[in-house]
Amino acid sequence: MDGGGAERELTAQETALYDRQIRVWGVDAQKRLSKAHVLVCGMNGTTIEFCKNIVLAGVGSLSLMDDQTVTEADLNANFLIPPDESIYGGRSLAEVCCESLKDFNPMVQVSVEKGDPSLIDGEFLDKFDIVVVSGASLKTKLLVNDNCRKRSKHIAFYTVDCKDSCGEIFVDLQKHSFIQKKNGGETEQQELTYPSLQEAISVPWNNLPRKTTKLYFAMRVLENYELSEGHSPGKTTLSDIPAVLARVKAVRDKISLNESQVPTALMERLLAAGKKEHPPVCAILGGILGQEVIKSISCKGDPIKNFFYFDAADGKGVIEDIPTPPPCAN
Amino acid sequence: MQAAKVLMVGAGGIGCELLKTLALSGFTDIHIIDLDTIEVSNLNRQFLFRQSHVGQSKAKVARDAVLKFRPNINITPYHANVKDSNFNVEFFKQFNVVLNGLDNLDARRHVNRLCLAAEVPLVESGTTGFLGQVTVHVKGKTECYECQPKPVPKSYPVCTITSTPSKFVHCIVWAKDLLFAKLFGDKNQDNDLNVRSKDDSNSKTDVFERSVDEDLSQYAQRIYDHVFGYNIETALANEETWKNRRKPCPIYVKDALPEDAVQLNGSSKDHKNEEHEPSAMVSLGLRNPQEIWSLADNSRVFLEALKLFFEKREKEIGNLIFDKDDQLAVEFVTAAANIRASSFGIPLHSLFEAKGVAGNIVHAVATTNAIIAGLIVIEAIKVLKGDYQNYRMMYCLEHPTRKMLLMPVEPFEPNESCYTPLVLEVNTKTTKLREVIEKVIKSKLGMNLPLVMVGASLVFEDGEGLEPDEAANYALNLEKVLAELPAPVVNDTKLTVEDFQQELKCSINIKHRDEFDEEKEPDGMVLAGWSGPVDKQVTSNGNKRSVPSSSSADDVNSTAEDVSLKPGMKRKLNEILESHENSDTLQNKSDVGSSSAQLVEDDDDDLVMLDEDPKQGKKKRLQ
Repeated sequence: MDGGGAERELTAQETALYDRQIRVWGVDAQKRLSKAHVLVCGMNGTTIEFCKNIVLAGVGSLSLMDDQTVTEADLNANFLIPPDESIYGGRSLAEVCCESLKDFNPMVQVSVEKGDPSLIDGEFLDKFDIVVVSGASLKTKLLVNDNCRKRSKHIAFYTVDCKDSCGEIFVDLQKHSFIQKKNGGETEQQELTYPSLQEAISVPWNNLPRKTTKLYFAMRVLENYELSEGHSPGKTTLSDIPAVLARVKAVRDKISLNESQVPTALMERLLAAGKKEHPPVCAILGGILGQEVIKSISCKGDPIKNFFYFDAADGKGVIEDIPTPPPCAN
Repeated sequence: MQAAKVLMVGAGGIGCELLKTLALSGFTDIHIIDLDTIEVSNLNRQFLFRQSHVGQSKAKVARDAVLKFRPNINITPYHANVKDSNFNVEFFKQFNVVLNGLDNLDARRHVNRLCLAAEVPLVESGTTGFLGQVTVHVKGKTECYECQPKPVPKSYPVCTITSTPSKFVHCIVWAKDLLFAKLFGDKNQDNDLNVRSKDDSNSKTDVFERSVDEDLSQYAQRIYDHVFGYNIETALANEETWKNRRKPCPIYVKDALPEDAVQLNGSSKDHKNEEHEPSAMVSLGLRNPQEIWSLADNSRVFLEALKLFFEKREKEIGNLIFDKDDQLAVEFVTAAANIRASSFGIPLHSLFEAKGVAGNIVHAVATTNAIIAGLIVIEAIKVLKGDYQNYRMMYCLEHPTRKMLLMPVEPFEPNESCYTPLVLEVNTKTTKLREVIEKVIKSKLGMNLPLVMVGASLVFEDGEGLEPDEAANYALNLEKVLAELPAPVVNDTKLTVEDFQQELKCSINIKHRDEFDEEKEPDGMVLAGWSGPVDKQVTSNGNKRSVPSSSSADDVNSTAEDVSLKPGMKRKLNEILESHENSDTLQNKSDVGSSSAQLVEDDDDDLVMLDEDPKQGKKKRLQ
């Protein structure tokens, strides 16, 4: 994972800049961060929060992939884009965000990768240790996840999506070993095995505990609807709600789930959201994702397994482990 | 959002994230107060600042940075202390909500009182490492910030510091507040170090004074031998102290550095220190601040640092106050603390760790601040909408509790006994008014500009606008013992203390007591009936006689200036969670067994609610 050679000491500049965070995760973790390479596909309010966080943390490099041209709507939740059309006009989101991000930490290499996430595979992926995908179709997410898993190099895969005032993070670390701090202060080596995205979203709903966060189900409904209608993410609107609800009802009837499992109100919220992101929720999701990636790179601390949900409506930030592991799985 | 006028207090770790999120969320009128300037160590998380901004005002630079992506909103910065008298109740009244992003208990309490007086809702917050919390305080609807007692950083008994240290932090406090202060600080300051030397036990000379033209190396060694050798031997002579304690070993230079040639001629000929900031580590070729030095190396650093202060920074001697960003000072204090620790059999620490303890450094990362800022804005929006049924206290956890990393809790109702009648036990014949004001009224009660009355007589007043003769009169009163004040304060006298700015008034009933335990009651007075913080951290401004605290945690890896976050949060969690179910997910728990509240889950709603616990009486959930 890290480019070989002898372990170098942190420079005086790094020690001074990173002092406060080294007191949190230690010098060793800081060194690992400086050798990590991260790829982010899809620039939006949430992923730029994530990017800000890991650039400040001092990763080795950050590559941004998003060829879409900047529009005025992008300014809503994105503080990296100067509100001046003469600056952003005609340029890609990745380009404009890259310029601003470089400023946050001159020691991190930030660059643009032109291209389409649905076409990335093979050796290209080997350049990275961490891949984050956001705002992509289900098809693209599955493809990238699958390609990451196929590499012999260990590549951690994440998705993050913010739907107005709620959102979802998915984590796939494949096989991940890490140090866990116990109550008495001693440390213990742990290992977790993660399911692929395909596995995680294919679990029959009636196999899941009744208390499973409703957002999980709602997001799957939206994903599948978009897939079958060929909508790009965020293009489904409230006008589609009757068709979506009919779809939900059909699924529920088949497995005799009641309405509260996938509340109509929640579906309406997701559809009404479109591509809108509520900035406080971007900060929360971007922060949680940032912490997760830092944990993964440093191999220190319990990583989320494998979904995280936040909803401003109730304020809960919940972890779901799907498929649910059987009890005493050892 | 557009019409709301918001006040932010603090433009640091939380402040930067908060200002950015408020601006993106549609707020257009934001005022921001911060007294600090930007430092390099801020830049890992206070992302609105750049290297080129070091030394400039945080409030002003933050404003400029945010205007870059939201040029049409109004941000008014104040490079000032929120405790300034111009930030009075009238000032606070103009805002719809106040958002705190502070890092100390003192300022938080002050803002809390002003918000109560102005009847403006307050959203409080704090972070340390991976932990964070957000709480909402609305007068009449929820408890105020001070309704729950907040633990405060420890202070240590003087004798522990001067004679019987048992933890590394004690050695740091000795090195910083006694030795460093004695050698480099204000000479007129009282100091508990023993200044008599072996040969002149009856003379008036201060052994710490360097004789005119005394060779520096000789002076440095003399100081070393005095504090680590002679003083320890003197202490050992008192058998009683060591009956149940491990005896310290005196250490002399010749023992710690037997092979080093003793240079008695001239100053260090080292050239490495010419261009850079003087550093003993640089002189000695010690590169790694994370390394734990041997006794020998610590001794070399001690001697070299002492010499460098005199060689390169002589003008500052007599005025220096310890500053964690002063490399040479940190080196000196680390070395001194380590040598003392060595003497007392306490484990040594690296410069990196020692600096954290001596400087009360809070470990901090960007992600937690970003999450907390998001949660603050969510609560602020609820407050502005008057959506009081949905106010939540939000906790950001490092380890999930019931699958939650972000946990909402319903706020508590106001605590009726927030400021019950107080009783102060004190020796009225020997204690001066000044001590009561400093140790109790300003310190424990957190008043800033107090007024003290005995019946209808005003015995003390603080603030601007005093007539010269009034001020002189009060100055005289300060130095009088309580029983000899113009309106005598004796057993059963009732004092009335008031702070107009904070709109806080309370009564203190005085009880005379002759004796106080030096170790357990180091202040020489005891306040009872007080449900607030117990010991205030006295900042080292050189004016306090009792030894100030420097760290609250025994574990050097988790120092924090304001620990109101972790233990306070732990306390709330203990009340909420069933101990047996969740004990393995709580961090640093120690007394979970005392928890008695229950988690109730409502099927339809999945809200975390509290059962009404008869023992808790006043604390009920919001209706």
